[in-house]
Amino acid sequence: MIDGRALRREFPVFEHNPGLVFLDSGASAQKPRAVIDGIAEFYRGDYANVHRGVYKLSARSTDLFEEARVAVRDFLNAADECEIVFVRGATEGINLVSYSWGGAFLRAGDEVVISDVEHHSNLVPWQMACQRAGAKLVVAPTDETGEFDLGAFEALLSRRTRMVAVTHVSNVTGTVLPVENIVRLAHEVGAKVLIDGCQAVPRMPVDVQAIDCDFYVFSGHKAYGPTGTGVLYGRRDVLEAMPPWQAGGGMITSVEYAGTEFQEPPHRFEAGTPDIAGAVGLRLAIGFIEGIGRGAIQEHEAALTDYGVDVLSRIPDLRLVPGGQRRLSILSFNLDGVHPHDVGTVLDQHEVAVRVGHHCAQPLMDRLGVAGTVRASFGIYNDRDDIDRLAAAVEACREMFSR
Amino acid sequence: MMDLRELYQDIILDHGRRPRNFRVLEHPTHLAKGHNPLCGDRVTVYLALDGDRIADVSFDGRGCAISTAAASLMTEVLKGKTVAEAQALFARFHAEVTGGDPPAVPDSLADDAERLEPLIGVKAYPMRVKCATLPWHAFEAALKGGLAGDPVKTE
Repeated sequence: MIDGRALRREFPVFEHNPGLVFLDSGASAQKPRAVIDGIAEFYRGDYANVHRGVYKLSARSTDLFEEARVAVRDFLNAADECEIVFVRGATEGINLVSYSWGGAFLRAGDEVVISDVEHHSNLVPWQMACQRAGAKLVVAPTDETGEFDLGAFEALLSRRTRMVAVTHVSNVTGTVLPVENIVRLAHEVGAKVLIDGCQAVPRMPVDVQAIDCDFYVFSGHKAYGPTGTGVLYGRRDVLEAMPPWQAGGGMITSVEYAGTEFQEPPHRFEAGTPDIAGAVGLRLAIGFIEGIGRGAIQEHEAALTDYGVDVLSRIPDLRLVPGGQRRLSILSFNLDGVHPHDVGTVLDQHEVAVRVGHHCAQPLMDRLGVAGTVRASFGIYNDRDDIDRLAAAVEACREMFSR
Repeated sequence: MMDLRELYQDIILDHGRRPRNFRVLEHPTHLAKGHNPLCGDRVTVYLALDGDRIADVSFDGRGCAISTAAASLMTEVLKGKTVAEAQALFARFHAEVTGGDPPAVPDSLADDAERLEPLIGVKAYPMRVKCATLPWHAFEAALKGGLAGDPVKTE
């Protein structure tokens, strides 16, 4: 069993902000000392550019960078490290696929299916890719309980479906989508599948081979790692068939004015000097997560989620956005008659940090009929006391606005 | 940290809940929309100018308590003012909530400037200042653009 309060000692932010109730890990997680210090240590002792120098320091830096790739491979249970592309974040990973794969394989009349709980970053790139190709964006619904509607999804699939891009865990409702079933149905019609794992990777075991998806993306900063890091997993044969996206140093084997030969994946997709220290930091974050164990983290956060649903449900005038049958670490709600931004300001006064607004999911807000929501999201350092403090602050807000 | 009650004063909560002049004007001479993409708040400000004087002013839309109260109080003080008087009140209000050096207003406007004072608490909350100024920016855009005013955005 994880003791959130004890784990907090590993996160300097809580020393610097005593009393802080941090319930915004869904936006970005705080950083453990191992990551903060490890990055500084890398810059002090082992840093040079990678894949370039013949000198020892560069070789060491390159080794550490490529070892980070291997660590990510193991973390996702990918078959080969060549399937791991380092990017700036999930957003860049999705853009890479939508431009490179989309440019090569999306044609007029094709369809791209997304869900109605997608973050803008798994919606707008596909909208733009469809516009470029003359393809159609199709939206698969969740039902009124917040559950992904597999039957409706299946009915939307056809031979025209070329790509299915869905989130693993909704950043608004916390719903865990049935990705294995989604992949199976999509593959039956010959479509590729991309899964946005931003909210899943920090808090549950993820096995890309078991899911059998073609692409899986996540952001390092939501997984206790540094900002500016992210991972695109792509199945080897799928990546090998894709043209480069960004061009520059590091992604070529030979360049002549008449033409250029490109590297094999993953380097084909990593133009320019990568975020070397970021990759090292991400590896440390993965080590930190694995040290605790994702099974244990999932158990801890699922228990917090259940407790949060229970406590918040008792508050009068509070409407919880439904999160389906399996909901993990994310609770969105509204207080009747009080705008989410006003709730956020009152909560902040009680040192409770939550996210308020549309959570980069405006079409979902429209469907829910709200301007925005208040969202509490959990991390490994949270405990029941944080949820009690949240509930007390929400009660104070309710009283203030009903006076 | 300042007391929240200074931000959410009774008058703000009252205007937030029961905004005055919250309606569509039948025959506006000017109107403009304001949008805060960060929170999705939207406001439309309607004006009926009679020569240089604001004969009527109203607003509708959806927003937080701060932006709704700001719009409501704005319409109350602007009604009957000349355009120049309205601009003087905005200049003072804007400077006060953004921490600038507030220009003096003529004695004839002192009461109106005072009526806007409950909103000045917002300056201690930098993330919320735009909530208070959005309706005023929409008002300014309406003055500039007539019935075809460009929408204003906070971002």
